[in-house]
Amino acid sequence: MNIPAPQRKLTIAKAMAEALAQEMTGDDRIIVMGEDIGRLGGVFGNTAGLLDRFGSARVRDTPISETGFISAAVGMAATGLRPVVELMFVDFFGVCMDAIYNLAAKQAYFSAGKVACPMVVMTSVGGGYGDAGQHSQCLYATFGHLPGLKVVLPSTAYDAKGLMLAALRDENPVIFMFHKALQGMGWLGTVPGSITHVPEQPYEVAIGKAAVVREGGDVTVAGLGITVHHGLGAAKALRGEGIDVEVIDLRTIAPLDRETVIASVRKTGRLVVVDDDYRHCGLAGEVIASVCEAGVVLRAPPVRLAHPDIPIPFAPSMEHAVLPDTDKVIAAIRRAMEVDR
Amino acid sequence: MYEKMHQSRLFESRIKEAYFEGKSPLFNMAKGPIPGEMHLSNGQEPCAVGVCEHLTDGDFVTATHRPHHVAIAKGVNLRAMAAEIFGRSSGLSGGRGGHMHLFDPAVNFSCSGIIGQGLGPAVGAALSFALQGLPHIAVAFLGEGAANQGAFHEALNLAAIWKAPVVFVIEDNGYGISVAKRHCTAVARNSDRAIAYAMPGIHVDANDPDLIHEAAGTAIARARSGGGPSLIEIVTTRLEGHFIGDQEGYRPDGEVAALAAIDPIPAYRARLEAEGVDPALLDEAEHIAAAAVADAFAFARGSEMPSAAQALEAVFVERTAA
Repeated sequence: MNIPAPQRKLTIAKAMAEALAQEMTGDDRIIVMGEDIGRLGGVFGNTAGLLDRFGSARVRDTPISETGFISAAVGMAATGLRPVVELMFVDFFGVCMDAIYNLAAKQAYFSAGKVACPMVVMTSVGGGYGDAGQHSQCLYATFGHLPGLKVVLPSTAYDAKGLMLAALRDENPVIFMFHKALQGMGWLGTVPGSITHVPEQPYEVAIGKAAVVREGGDVTVAGLGITVHHGLGAAKALRGEGIDVEVIDLRTIAPLDRETVIASVRKTGRLVVVDDDYRHCGLAGEVIASVCEAGVVLRAPPVRLAHPDIPIPFAPSMEHAVLPDTDKVIAAIRRAMEVDR
Repeated sequence: MYEKMHQSRLFESRIKEAYFEGKSPLFNMAKGPIPGEMHLSNGQEPCAVGVCEHLTDGDFVTATHRPHHVAIAKGVNLRAMAAEIFGRSSGLSGGRGGHMHLFDPAVNFSCSGIIGQGLGPAVGAALSFALQGLPHIAVAFLGEGAANQGAFHEALNLAAIWKAPVVFVIEDNGYGISVAKRHCTAVARNSDRAIAYAMPGIHVDANDPDLIHEAAGTAIARARSGGGPSLIEIVTTRLEGHFIGDQEGYRPDGEVAALAAIDPIPAYRARLEAEGVDPALLDEAEHIAAAAVADAFAFARGSEMPSAAQALEAVFVERTAA
């Protein structure tokens, strides 16, 4: 009998904190700043333990001044440091976007690549827990749209650690999104599939590479963050019906790994994209367009399952009606399977 | 300082000439060798030279959409700067940025087109120097209009709580594009706002390089010695419109005609001569400045336009081996 290797299961929050601590140990240029990231360890737990370990010079609680400390991070990145800042909720970008898309994203371009901007912006995304329209958005497409930024979103703790280490070692601004429903905070429900084995040794998950997380031959389901878990749930439910679902975790919003999706759809001929961000001008449409532009012959029209173009509602009866979930993915897959041309 | 002031003025005079090439008989901003908006700093040269005289190449300076005088005073490569303004491949960013987005890492200079945007990076650079044990400081230049931006207040507060070695320099030219300061700023003196952030606020009520030099010296010495940030407000003059082509109908009657009389450069020369400086030395400074400007413009005009393919480069920086 084979005895499996011991598993070290971590939440995404703990995986992020471990990646930060490991890289800060070896690289004293890394400075972490943000609201409540010091003594509290981050509202979402991803900086827990850093203040005690690295001290208040490197782990800095800031005033509620996102414009100030994120633009300060750009100046730090231009002068030899590698700042990590937290924008507590992605919804708050309205008060500091200038620092992100006009300063950080353009520093390399305006200096012909001579002044890099190695910084990481950590930010929470996603709803489903009744926090309403100013604390529940995803805004993947908003950030993915802007040149000069890399944007990632892990669906598991394994990827969270690897993507964080890759982000910390990147010479460019990386928006590191983490989904609240996957974070592993006691006060928020957590999708169990996000809590995974995480090796202690440092490792990278490459930015810009999607992963086929379940192989299948009938239909491709592409998602990211929580919607990967919806896709896996749907695949499991449909197995008994003889529908073989391939699930792709996009993992990076920008640069988008179009090739992995295109290769999968060439095989399956069917595509369902699941996105909990707004539908219009969104990531799901971008993925579908990329597959169509590549000339892939589809056996059925592609299906886009995304949040409708309304603010995220508060009442659970409304919020859960509009957010993607496993049942909606199952229905979308059935729709894709109805046609065969 | 006189040489740098003169160089800045000549540089902008040559830009103005070149800017109008191809833009007549019908003015079209997109035409000619220098397209786009052009914001000249004529009249504000004392602010730049008075402050930058105290700085080293390692000190970090952010300027505004009106950046040429500060760039020249900071020692930005004049050839590459001229070439950038002409959109040539030999420019500071290879023609990707233009006159509002000048980066010269050799002297830690940058500027940007968004009001109040340079303050945060200067605070961050200042903290960065302090954390790394480097002797450098940071200086953020801004206009009086930017003092009403949220970014101004956030940056001053952060600088104060971090005791960052940074100096904020307000060039008060009286106008935010067309709107006079008295119509949009609740306080008569922006330097008074320093008290809200527990830092010294210094008001310089003269467009005079020597007085500015003295005030900046105090603030910069304080920053270098670990004393923390300061705010300096300089009452200066915008001799031109907001941009070339601005009809300036918002100026009160007689104001434009009176500007020549308050031009700080002839005034400074007259005072230096009165104080006994040999006019031949000042002439020599003017010749050196003129030669440098002529050389930079010849270089710029002789440089190639960037290829379309170059537009796709430098969006990201590749990782270098650790």
